[in-house]
Amino acid sequence: MSQTAPLSGAADAAVVAASSPAIQAPAPWDDAVLAAVLLTIDPKGTGGVAVRALPGPVREMWLSLLYDLQPPGTPRRRVPLHVADGRLLGGLDLAATLRSGRPVAEKGLLVEADGGILELAMAERIAPGTVARINLAFDAGEVVLERDGLAMRTPSHFAVVALDEGIGDDEGLSPALLDRLAFHLDLTAIPYDDAVSCDYDLEDIQAARALLSSVTISDGQIEALCGIALALGIPSLRASIFACHAARAHAALNGRTTVTEEDLAVAGRLVLAPRATQLPPMEPPPDAEPPLPEPSEPNQDQDQSKDSPQEPRELEEMILEATKAAIPAGLLAQLQGGRLRRSRSRSTGKAGAMRNAPTRGRPAGVLHGEPRSGQKLNVIETLRAAAPWQRIRREERLRVGRPINRLEIRPDDFRITRFKHKSESTTIFVVDASGSSALHRLAEAKGAVELLLADCYVRRDQVALVAFRGQEAEVLLPPTRSLVRAKRCLAGLPGGGGTPLAAGIDLGMLIADSIQRRGGSPVLILMTDGRANVARDGSGGRARAFEEALAAARQVRALEISTLVIDISPRPQPQGRELAKEMGAIYLPLPHADARALNDAVRATTR
Amino acid sequence: MPIPFPFSAIVGQDEMKRSLLMAAVDPSIGGVLVFGDRGTGKSTAIRGLAALLPKMRAVDCPYHCDPDASDDYLCDDCRAKKAKNGTLKSHQIPVPVVDLPLGATEDRVIGALDLERALTKGEKAFEPGLLARAHRGFLYIDEVNLLEDHLVDSLLDVAASGQNIVEREGLSIRHPARFVLVGSGNPEEGELRPQLQDRFGLSVEVKTPTDLAVRMQVVRLRDEFERDPEAFVAKWKNKDAKISRQIQKARKLLPEVEVPDRTLEETSKLCIRLGTDGLRGELTVIRAARALAALDGHQQVEIEHVKTVAVSALRHRLRRDPLDESSSTHRVERAIKEQFGE
Repeated sequence: MSQTAPLSGAADAAVVAASSPAIQAPAPWDDAVLAAVLLTIDPKGTGGVAVRALPGPVREMWLSLLYDLQPPGTPRRRVPLHVADGRLLGGLDLAATLRSGRPVAEKGLLVEADGGILELAMAERIAPGTVARINLAFDAGEVVLERDGLAMRTPSHFAVVALDEGIGDDEGLSPALLDRLAFHLDLTAIPYDDAVSCDYDLEDIQAARALLSSVTISDGQIEALCGIALALGIPSLRASIFACHAARAHAALNGRTTVTEEDLAVAGRLVLAPRATQLPPMEPPPDAEPPLPEPSEPNQDQDQSKDSPQEPRELEEMILEATKAAIPAGLLAQLQGGRLRRSRSRSTGKAGAMRNAPTRGRPAGVLHGEPRSGQKLNVIETLRAAAPWQRIRREERLRVGRPINRLEIRPDDFRITRFKHKSESTTIFVVDASGSSALHRLAEAKGAVELLLADCYVRRDQVALVAFRGQEAEVLLPPTRSLVRAKRCLAGLPGGGGTPLAAGIDLGMLIADSIQRRGGSPVLILMTDGRANVARDGSGGRARAFEEALAAARQVRALEISTLVIDISPRPQPQGRELAKEMGAIYLPLPHADARALNDAVRATTR
Repeated sequence: MPIPFPFSAIVGQDEMKRSLLMAAVDPSIGGVLVFGDRGTGKSTAIRGLAALLPKMRAVDCPYHCDPDASDDYLCDDCRAKKAKNGTLKSHQIPVPVVDLPLGATEDRVIGALDLERALTKGEKAFEPGLLARAHRGFLYIDEVNLLEDHLVDSLLDVAASGQNIVEREGLSIRHPARFVLVGSGNPEEGELRPQLQDRFGLSVEVKTPTDLAVRMQVVRLRDEFERDPEAFVAKWKNKDAKISRQIQKARKLLPEVEVPDRTLEETSKLCIRLGTDGLRGELTVIRAARALAALDGHQQVEIEHVKTVAVSALRHRLRRDPLDESSSTHRVERAIKEQFGE
């Protein structure tokens, strides 16, 4: 989000002026155009662009402008969200293979895009595996294919345009992809009326391309770009490399063979600013952290002034001013809220969430047989099965005087892929964190859960955590495989208050049910002393609360969810046993629960 | 094939470079896992290494068998030929460094019926896969944590036995497949299966340098390379050649490098202190230390060598302790300090 959306005029402008430094950034649309131009001048050096915007006239305008700038014949390929490996990387061309009777390879999108642009549709939702395949080809400058009996390496260089339709902070491109794209644009705040002009044309591009290889950048300038990246908290070195390329492309665009301050400022604004995770501590606010540690440079090179008229430090300040003006205004707020943009924990959490997508089961060999409902014909294996017989079948047909097919496939050759459905198991802990339990057993329960977590981690199972206390139940940890996350949630689990047992069971059941619907196998582990005293509506009363808990328990049984009730009261109570019975659960009284015994019990249930 | 960035021009990342060189000197160390930040030159280092590996003698067969190998390590054809002629003809070839790309299908990895020959000639012939091609060389998997499970299974099996057994489409083939497994990845993209992690001898964590001078040097060299790759490679040719000679010398020296009893004892104590499972940890530390000594031109493994390699050899073998917050790197470093003093 940029700060210069001139929607409501003067009031906004005043706010902007107050929060941003002296230099005003150019209009976002002009920068978006500039990014398209620089990308076109040096696609290899800048990698590509991430465009955050919903589909609409502004995005369309930007895209058509980008393609208008490309030299004639530049390929443009669009990768759909759920692209198959065969289409992306290439593979066996079935039609041609059947026609000619010999294996014919088919180019994938990554090869077809060579010398041009690869457009990723809805890039924020693209599967991590697909991103990895694109990245590998992108980095290596070639597509390595090992599929369907084919082995090929095909050089391919393409620029990526990743269309990010994410909304809000939680949705966004994979960090691995973002890292490889020099420019990160946000078009969401650009009004339609602004998205009109482009001051450059094909001739400008061609002139700049011709000049590009002779543009030089000095060591002092490189140092300045690296220094700023550090000051803005940008860890990846690709950012600085991209900034050099962008600066050079901008110099070429302006007909220069040496990089100037202006070029560096553009590079800082377009490449570094959107990646900032901290504000540069150049003008420290009162009693803030100490300023940027000066790198030790005892012997300043004397002849450095020859290629850079200014000391890197001064140069750095200059670019920083320009860069800071382009840093999203929201960053400051986020920093003050104690959150870093694209912080490590958030991105890992997101990767975890993506992995939770239903697994397809894994191919576990090939079966002889006809494809029936839902089963998939394995074309390659079918061809393989048919292949050895071709000569005999041809001769046979000749003998009876029938026309010869190039390739004859008979039902006997049909092969189908067998999938092994190892449905993922998710252990849902529903932990009683109320006063009565908290006092006795919560610490032990935590220990047990931690042991189980480590165990689930090794088996690649997922774990979820629900706690209930006071008036209600809450999901402390949605299903995850991340040990670190789970531990963090657990550490923050407070105890005390009433025992809304029914609410806890309800919530655990809800999660279990949704996992079941997606084809996973949930295991519910209820850790409680069974002494409910808060009803679903939050009101007190032991009798009604327990009655509701029993009702919830019966629902669990109806859903056939495997359940274990661990009675964690110091002396086992009849309520616990009754609850387990209604649930159809295994009941485990643990008057002297230690973490390890608990762990063993749970393992026995989940196996 | 794109021109690789010269190995010797990689700035910093000493642990990664050292580990790759040790694996090149002694393949029995069991491969290298490189995990860490984006844009730190993980792939670059491995491709650079490929360019400077000394050539090897090989028979002209699909598995480039070692002409001096015992019968157990030869393919069926070579074994038959050797029995008949007594010797095997061989020539010099570059050490294979084979990519296992994501999206590879099983038939290409382990080998399958040759579709082309079957379709056009009706012959039933085996077409060797990537595992055959990687025999006696390196098998490199970028983004190893995203590799599909069924491929990981095949890989684990072959890496353990040194043999690839193919039973499919009426084929029944076994061939030698010994290779150094090199994997790289970013843990943020997904965790690595523990069984696979354990298979790697050394595990390296790479981090983005935070020192301005180092960062600047990286960016400058990268920039120079991208502007004119040929000229850049020519400029670094001598330094690369020097490393290549170092590997060759170290390989010759390796069988003569001695491990004093005291070093063995100290290594065992270190592993006991860390509670690593089994003997694999100790064995890897000793092998790696020997390879390092050989690279240094030493006849004897010193405690310093053990200290240098211990973190890479042990950090991925620690049991996960959910109650210990500190990283495994830190735990190994702590144990080294306790064991050997400052």
